[in-house]
This record gives sequence, structure tokens and C-alpha cells, in this order.
Amino acid sequence: MQADSPILSVQNLRRDFKMGNEIVHALRGVSFDIHNGEFVTIMGTSGSGKSTMLNILGCMDRPTSGHYILDGEHTETLKRDALAKIRSQKIGFVFQSYNLLSRTSAIENVELPLLYNPNISAAERHHRAVEALKRVGLESRMNHLPNQLSGGQQQRVAIARALVNDPVIILADEATGNLDTRTSYEIMMIFQELNQQGKTIAFVTHEPDIATFSTRTITLRDGLVKKDVMNTSVQDARAALEALPPPEVFDEEEESNEEEKA
Amino acid sequence: MSIFTLIKIAVRALFRNRMRTFLSVLGIVIGVAAVITMVAMGEGSKKSIKEQMTAMGTNAITIMPNQSRRGGVQLDASSSNETLEEEDVIALRNEATYIDAVSPLMTVGGQAIVGNNNSPTSLSGVSADYLKIRNYEIADGVMFDDEADRMAKVCVIGQTVVKNLFPDTDPIGKTIRYKSIPLKVIGTLKAKGSGDFGQDQDDIIFTPYQTVMKRFGATTKIRQILANSIGEGYAAKATEEIMTILKERRNWTKPTDPFRVFTQEEMIQMVTSTSDMLSLVLTAIAGISLLVGGIGIMNIMYVSVTERTKEIGLRMAIGARGRDILLQFLIESILISLLGGAIGIGIGVAASEIVKNVMNWPMSVSVTSIIVSFGVCFATGVFFGWYPARKASRLDPIEALRFE
Repeated sequence: MQADSPILSVQNLRRDFKMGNEIVHALRGVSFDIHNGEFVTIMGTSGSGKSTMLNILGCMDRPTSGHYILDGEHTETLKRDALAKIRSQKIGFVFQSYNLLSRTSAIENVELPLLYNPNISAAERHHRAVEALKRVGLESRMNHLPNQLSGGQQQRVAIARALVNDPVIILADEATGNLDTRTSYEIMMIFQELNQQGKTIAFVTHEPDIATFSTRTITLRDGLVKKDVMNTSVQDARAALEALPPPEVFDEEEESNEEEKA
Repeated sequence: MSIFTLIKIAVRALFRNRMRTFLSVLGIVIGVAAVITMVAMGEGSKKSIKEQMTAMGTNAITIMPNQSRRGGVQLDASSSNETLEEEDVIALRNEATYIDAVSPLMTVGGQAIVGNNNSPTSLSGVSADYLKIRNYEIADGVMFDDEADRMAKVCVIGQTVVKNLFPDTDPIGKTIRYKSIPLKVIGTLKAKGSGDFGQDQDDIIFTPYQTVMKRFGATTKIRQILANSIGEGYAAKATEEIMTILKERRNWTKPTDPFRVFTQEEMIQMVTSTSDMLSLVLTAIAGISLLVGGIGIMNIMYVSVTERTKEIGLRMAIGARGRDILLQFLIESILISLLGGAIGIGIGVAASEIVKNVMNWPMSVSVTSIIVSFGVCFATGVFFGWYPARKASRLDPIEALRFE
């Protein structure tokens, strides 16, 4: 897989912010490639530049200097609208706080990115949204509103939304940050499954145990790459989930399972 | 994003904040309804004045002494230096080629009495031509003759006067008393109906003008002469000719005209200019309420944009361009204003109908005012929605997503 040309390449990336009279160097020359099919976690403490990195990778921000090539396209010189088009067609976002539209059903939330692609018909939109929800195991909750879903389910809807436009890379920003350990592992399980199906994933986190589920970890510190290591012993999220002590509160499904076993 | 989808999104967003939407719409509704009603009122009064003037005869020309002005104060006709005389009437009748009827008009106020009945009708001293100028027709009997009935104590009366004075008898040959002077009824006029302002065109008594001059006024001065041009397009030529004849009779050399000559068109303009002014002021006031409604929309759109900053950030993050966001909010404000416009037009038209039927005011809802109102609403939506929508479209997705 490493022989492929990279799906994403950052070269000597710098990003400066003006804060009053001071110039803050958030990124000071970061370079790395991500290849098709990789599951990369980007780690770092707060202030390390990982949020800035993610904003640039997500084409929401432009570097002060350096190159960012996504899927063969130089993005550093593109205008706002062109960047929006890249976000619409090549990138899937998963946020820490889910960012689902309230009072809007799960299926409509998933359809949302396709609304901004004029080449996709309403029927196609619906079909793809259903498929994406199936991949995260939520096809039975399509018409639920976000406030009728648990945190984990909301994040799964958000993942479906990130999948629906068939992006070249999924960018996750602390996607398990608001979830308990068990639900976090469930979410990581979905990410691992997607990765095994060939999706490239870049996952920003500051939790080291989350990084163990990925195939590679890039650690940033003070705007520079401090470490970039391949993960030799990738942990299986499903196994980790099963190894957890059983939850104290059973939900109905599990209760009925227990009864069947008994 | 297709326009249909955008409208769907906007409708849903508006529906979510029903109360807020309702209040914004209400602002526009009040504005538009006020404009429609005010315009209907103005148009209605103008139209009814025009109809009345037209009913008087479209080819009528009015000749009056030129009023003298002192320090901008317009003095009344009797203080004019130059007066009209019977000879003027005769000269016009004999010499003018562009007019086919001439009549003085001398009005005397009072009431006509027959036995116990009376009729508070003004007496008009005219010549036989007056019927033609004002489109009256004889119903019964005859019109007096200018030569044979010169100064005769005879009269021709309208149907209202017939009703008032002779409820059950034939008026022809009877005598009425007007200011103690007996006048013999020799004819009656066909009913013409009432004008829109309720003044009765059948409440009229005609008598030879010489009779009024000698017996009622003891004067040789004529207040007003009416003439009838020979056709629609001849009013201007007739006016010019009349002025020439009147000046020649007097060897007039002064630069100012001794008399004022109005065509019916000019009379209509004169009479309607006041009502035009009034309706303009009323419409302007109504327009201000529409403006206030628009500002209401702008305010609510700003609130909406701020409240939905996070949604805007998300939409941008997943691929919405600034234009998509701009349109989304713009369509919302346009929908508010068009909805307000549609309801406002409905209420305005209904209010006009109610005023027309209940208060008997002349109201005329013009199609133009409806189309213009709708257009103005659309423009209001675009104008007042533009800045909030542009603010939304220019948000930075990173900042917007971070907004709490």
C-alpha cells in the first residue's frame, strides 16, 4: 500500500496567526504523506498545532506557506469557493460535538453534504444516505431526531454523514472526546471497519489509548512533527470492547439477550 | 443547491420559529395592507371625480374672469378687473368655429316653493345650449328659447325637483316660486342620477340667464361661460379661438390674458390635484409602515444568523459555498416578505371593499398597486435580507463551528 502515490501530502507547512502585535507560529514546517488506506492518528497536547493542522487538512484554512496536495490537487492557492467544492467532494468531517442539525432527522442530516453537490439527484441522495446509515448500523433509526438518539448514535449519524459523499479521506476531530470509554470503543470499531473497507482516515486525538487502534501515529509538538511512527501492534477495537467489564446498566436489548441465554 | 431545496430548507426554518416568523410577516402585512387601502382610496376619489366631470360632458370648456392676485392671495372672481358680458356670449356663438354650443352660467342660491312643498335647489341661469354642454335631455315639455323667452319667468326642472315639489301632479304648466319670483315650469329633464360624492345632478332648476341677470341679480356681468368644442381633439384649438375672440372684442393689448379658459381635461387636473396630493401623503405614510416592516425582517434575520452560526459553520465545513448560505438566508427573508405581501394584499383588498360598501366611499383597487406592492415586497425581502445573509455567507467556517 505504501507504494501508491500519497493521497495527501503536506510539505513544509507553516501557519502563522497574528494576535495583536505578536505573530504566533502555530505550524513551523510540517511535512508528511498519508497514503491510501492508512488510519493515521494525529496526536499532540493543546497548543501543539494539531487543530490548525486539521483545519488545513480539512481545507477550512490555508497555510501561510508550504504545500498541501490532496488527491493530486494543490489546495494552498485555491479560493473560498474552490475549497468549499473540495470539502464537499473529497473530505468527510466527524466532529467532537457531532454537529448534527437539531430538529432534523438522521437521514436528512446524512443527506446534507450531498445537497451542496448539484450533480446528485434527490433519489440518489436518499439512496446513498440510507447506504451510509446501514454502514454505521443505524438504518432502523433513520427518522429519529438527534435528541432522540444517544451520544454514540449521534456520532454514528455524523460518521454516516462523513461517508455519504464518498470522500478520499475522513477527518475526525476528537471524535470520541464526548463519549465514555465503551462508546468510544464502539466508535473506534466503526472507524476500524471503515478502514478495513479501504477508507483513509486521519484522526486527531490527545488520548493515547485511542491512538493504539490506528496504523500510524503522528505526534506534533510546538508546531513540528515530533514523532511519526507506524503502529506495529494495532489493537482491535472489537476485542477491546469485549474485554471491558460489562456495563452496569443494561439496555433492553442486552437484557433480552441475557434472558435468552438464561 | 437547487432552488427547490433552498425553498424547502427556508420554509422549514421559518416553520420552526413560528411565532417569530408570524410577527415579522405581520409587520409586512400591515404595511402592504395600508398601502393598498390608501392607494385604493386615492384612486377611487380620483376616478369618481373624473367620472363626474366626464358626465358633465367631455368637450366642455369653461371661461372665467382671470382672478387678480395680490401678494400671492387669490381673490375671488368678482374682484376681477375684466368681466364677461352677454355680448361675449353672442360673439362666441356667432364667430367661433370650433365650438358648437355656448351658455353663460349664473347661479343663485335659495329654495323653490310650491304650496307646502319646497326644494332647496340652486337656480341656474343658462341658455338653451347648456343642455348640450352638460348632456341633459328634455323628458317632458320644452326647453326655453334664448330669443323668445328672453327674461321670461319660465323654468325647466330636474327629476329631484319634480319629486320634491310635485309628488303627485304633472309639473308642466305649474308655477314655482323662487325668492318670491314666480317661474312657470315649461319642461322637465330626464334623470341623470347622482354623482359619486352624493351630489344630485337632477336637483337642478334652469331658467334663462337673462332672467337671472335682470330679475334676480340686476347685473350685466356674467360669472362664467361654458362652451362645447366640436369634438374630442378640438379643445386646444377652441380654447385658442375663444381667447382670440374675447381679446378682439376688447382690443386687448396687455400681455396677460383677461380670462381663464379651461378645457374639461384641465378642470379634471385642477380638481384632482388636491386629491392626488392627499393620496400621495397617505401612501407615503403607509409606505413608512412597510419600511418599518422591512426593518423588522432585517432585525429578525440578524438574530437568526447569529443563532444559527454553528449550523452555518457546519454547512460550510461539509461543502456549502458562501453563495449557498447567502441564498439560504435571502430566500428566508424573501419568503417572509412575500408571504406578508400576499396576506397584506388580501387584507388591503378586503378592507377597501368593506370601506366601499359600509362607508360608501369611492374605492378603487388597481391591479397596478397589487403588482407594485408584490414587487416592493420582493425588493424589501432582498434589500433587508441582504446584509444579514451576506454576514452569514462571509463567516469563517472554523470560527462559526467554534461558536457557542
